Amino acid sequence: MCLGIPGKVVDVEEGPLRLGRVAFGDVVKEVCLAFVPAARPGDYVVVHAGSAIEVIDEEKALRVFEAFRIMEGP
Amino acid sequence: MRFVDEYRNAAAARPWIEAIRALVTRPWAIMEVCGGQTHSIVRFGIDELLPPEIRLIHGPGCPVCVTPVELVDKAVAIASRPEVIFCSFGDMLRVPGSASDLLEVKSRGGDVRIVYSPLDALKVAGDNPGRKVVFFAVGFETTAPANAMAVAEARRRGLGNFSVLVSHVLVPPALEAVLSSPQRQVDGLLAAGHVCAIMGTGEYAPLARRHRVPIVVTAFEPLDLLQGIHMVVKQLEEGRHEVENQYDRLVRPEGNLPARELIREVFQVKDRAWRGIGVIPMSGLGLREAYAAFDAERIFDVEGVGGPESPDCRSGLVLQGIIRPQECPAFGSPCTPDHPLGATMVSNEGACAAYYRYRRHTPA
Ligand code: SF4
Repeated sequence: MCLGIPGKVVDVEEGPLRLGRVAFGDVVKEVCLAFVPAARPGDYVVVHAGSAIEVIDEEKALRVFEAFRIMEGP
Repeated sequence: MRFVDEYRNAAAARPWIEAIRALVTRPWAIMEVCGGQTHSIVRFGIDELLPPEIRLIHGPGCPVCVTPVELVDKAVAIASRPEVIFCSFGDMLRVPGSASDLLEVKSRGGDVRIVYSPLDALKVAGDNPGRKVVFFAVGFETTAPANAMAVAEARRRGLGNFSVLVSHVLVPPALEAVLSSPQRQVDGLLAAGHVCAIMGTGEYAPLARRHRVPIVVTAFEPLDLLQGIHMVVKQLEEGRHEVENQYDRLVRPEGNLPARELIREVFQVKDRAWRGIGVIPMSGLGLREAYAAFDAERIFDVEGVGGPESPDCRSGLVLQGIIRPQECPAFGSPCTPDHPLGATMVSNEGACAAYYRYRRHTPA
């Protein structure tokens, strides 16, 4: 129920609902972007029940991944 | 998204398991709060990879599972009315009420529709001005902003034929109940990442302090879960009990402020019954008086509707981590995902369903 799906913002239509299109792989869906006022095309957002709940910090995401890799050893 | 495959990489899991093994000196029980995490853990066998000292306990984190029978009965009563189009997430359709479920209403000819978001239900209302459209607003804090938005938007557009049957629950009061229970078995907690993405981590600090329990906000992929478990075990072994954030690529300490603001505007906190557990004080959300015109419970006058839960179902004990699903005498027979006795067998994220799907042949 609380799992969100990460997707990439394609475009944004400003308005009270701040609707936009978000790409989940090949599937593009209309999503409410009102709760992520800073999200711009190209940003990754996590979408839950038709609303984006937050923007993913890509740099931090890559850093976590790097930490996983370091533990893997040479 | 490209990150996802990396987090699932099995070879990358091994060093984490080794690191946890190197830390552990004594038995610890760790509860994952969220049903999505339970599903990942059981599906990828994370609990079986961990050293034997670490026991994972599944928590109350599935809003479908904790929706009380009474509310399902109210949903059935409302959906059975000829003027109503009843919209719901798909996983609510087979949750058993005391006598029937929404799927049965649909097969009897009721207009019950599966939607993927509350805004889809709003669209149905706009397209059907002659009908009354009701959305079953189920969820934790994660879903609350989208539901609040649908109600606020209905008011803005003056959609008089739209209402919501609210079944919202809040995580921190449930954790308070689990942690203060005399049957408590939990030493550390993995907090649900997306709930915290909305609400932030502020409410967890007093819980960690008061109950001397480490709480680590954790994401949902297998490697995230292993890292979260590693962080909890490290705190336990060092005698610390703090709130830490494994999911800082998404979760900010203050949460999502516009979302919190809209939740506060539309909803108010109230007492709430949890299926199998009973009433937990101030653990749910209801519509504020200003939005009473969108409250399906008032519009359809379902006061007093609601029967008892199945006496054979032990889901309350499963949800509190007191027994595991296979220890329920009904598990697998007669209770299966096709003929569920309790919501924990219906919902994909319910612990009973996860064990049925992935562990059917493992003895208890
Ligand atoms: S196996 Fe079925 S009856 Fe037993 S606790 Fe789970 S849902 Fe309830």
